[in-house]
Amino acid sequence: MKIKSERDFWSGLMFLVVGIVFAVGARNYPLGVSARPGPGYFPLLLSIIMAILGAIVMFKALTIETEGGDKIGSIAWKPLVIIVAAIAVFGAAITPLGMVVTIPILIFITSLAGDEFGWKGVLANSIVLTFGSWVIFIWGLKLTIPLWPWFIH
Amino acid sequence: MDLLANLSMGFGVAFTLQNLLYAFGGAVLGTLIGVLPGLGPVATIAMLLPSIYSLDATPALIMLAGIYYGAQYGGSTTSILINVPGESSSVVTAIDGYQMARQGRAGAALSVSALGSFFAGCVGTVIIAAFAPPLTELAFKFGPAEYFSLMVLGLIGAVVLASGSLLKAISMIILGLLLAQINTDVISGTARYSFDIPELTDGIGFVVIAMGVFGFGEIISNLGQPAEHREVFTSKVKGLWPTKKDFQDAWPAVIRGTALGSILGVLPGGGALLSSFASYSMEKKLAGASGTFGRGDIRGVAGPESANNAGAQTSFIPMLTLGIPPNAVMALMVGAMTIKGIQPGPQVMTSNPQLFWGLIASMWVGNLMLVVLNLPMIGIWIKLLTVPYRYLFPAITLFCCIGVYTLNNNTFDVYLTALFALIGYAFYKLGCEGAPLLLGFILGPMMEENLRRALLLSRGDWSTFMTKPISAGLLIASALMIVVVLLPTIKTKREVAFSEAD
Repeated sequence: MKIKSERDFWSGLMFLVVGIVFAVGARNYPLGVSARPGPGYFPLLLSIIMAILGAIVMFKALTIETEGGDKIGSIAWKPLVIIVAAIAVFGAAITPLGMVVTIPILIFITSLAGDEFGWKGVLANSIVLTFGSWVIFIWGLKLTIPLWPWFIH
Repeated sequence: MDLLANLSMGFGVAFTLQNLLYAFGGAVLGTLIGVLPGLGPVATIAMLLPSIYSLDATPALIMLAGIYYGAQYGGSTTSILINVPGESSSVVTAIDGYQMARQGRAGAALSVSALGSFFAGCVGTVIIAAFAPPLTELAFKFGPAEYFSLMVLGLIGAVVLASGSLLKAISMIILGLLLAQINTDVISGTARYSFDIPELTDGIGFVVIAMGVFGFGEIISNLGQPAEHREVFTSKVKGLWPTKKDFQDAWPAVIRGTALGSILGVLPGGGALLSSFASYSMEKKLAGASGTFGRGDIRGVAGPESANNAGAQTSFIPMLTLGIPPNAVMALMVGAMTIKGIQPGPQVMTSNPQLFWGLIASMWVGNLMLVVLNLPMIGIWIKLLTVPYRYLFPAITLFCCIGVYTLNNNTFDVYLTALFALIGYAFYKLGCEGAPLLLGFILGPMMEENLRRALLLSRGDWSTFMTKPISAGLLIASALMIVVVLLPTIKTKREVAFSEAD
């Protein structure tokens, strides 16, 4: 069996797996009867539909010819890993370290994802964005975001 | 006359200094962000949503409406200037608009687009004011079965026009509905799929999904392309105003576009996207051999731009009267209303008339602001586009992170966004669209509640959905929509329409 459409095959597999996982999960909740549906009723119904749709998408991907095999193509690992990591670092750092420290760290990490990294640019961008964020979010919108690291205040 | 009394009450609300400022501020912010390449109204609203938390409901929604129009106009600006449509409905604008820009007529294209949108916006506002009340009356006749079927129709309508595979789009809706099941069941109070994580018992925030899938998925895939492919083309804009001949060509197209957009916008799922495509193909057909479509015909800008603005305007009707969002932007608006403690639906008009009519008047004000703002400032928007992407994407990442963090002042949401960024990139690679997922996610809890209530009322009899006339009609309409799309002739037409757009 040859995969005729890579994208559809993996999407179908994703839908199928999600459907099965949610269906298994739905069994933990009372199903009820259709006259008195319980909390597990709608999720189970949906996950069955999900799994069926996934199977159909997969089946089509294996049987219907597409131009050039509808390849997924290369995965942009570098920006993917860096951006996801940068978001996570922001989450970990914002409460203890505050905006003043976290924003330059975030700018530094995300800038690594591009292919035109320059120290001066990162520095300038960090200063502008830290000040800008203070103006917009803390001074302007009065949101409660820690500004300084914990050891200062 | 009721209509006039209501509208004047609305303008009374909209014309307070405070609300005018919010409308203006929203339009400025929306344009500023919407004009950034790759950021359409959905991403813009998702990003700016936290900024309305500290406001009252009325100014908050007025500001959001301003942001929406600003972002939409900003998206048209980028599609004309650099051939990067900010969102699907300005895709067709890029075809002829960009060609005009290359011939140095970007000013004409931009001002026709602004003026056409303003005209369409005025008409759209009157239509909302005239037709929302009778539709609201109808909405009160809706029981749970009717609501459920209407949501089915809305969801199906939203995907039959999606550009990719219909099957995958429907699958994405179901996936969205499933993700919405991660919550605490309203009826029994059971926490579902929470893995004992307290944050998950409240459900996943839709901003988290919207930002992860739309904002970050977009950034990562942009960065994945080599810099040369991203290189934006900016040319000098010569002459702001269209010539007399431009006006003669443009105005009939504006009127036809407005008419098409107003009608199609009301249909669930239709909205701005369908109307701009329909208007482009109509103008092309009407012009026949005399047109220079594809090589910079002003009608190819004027028609679709008016249509998409009229459609954007009238797509507020199903949202305001029924609480059913017809597209991802409206889904975000419904989310914003819920955050503000307003349950969208027919009761909004009676329980919050100030808000309802104020919002309608503000839409017109928002449109006016756009023209006032953009005509003199087209030159400046173009400057903004010259900011190199290497400064831009860290800034976008930062604003998204801060936005998510301020949702609940909770870092859990930030981590969840990181996960959805990963998922969003996977969707992009697999050719799965994010918009149907978001629609399903928003409608999930409402659909479940109405389905369960309908079944309770009918004592478990599923045929209730087919024996109630309104409900049956809605379900038949949904089925017809799928059948029509699957018919071979329409299918090829749909593919042609979308391949022209590439």
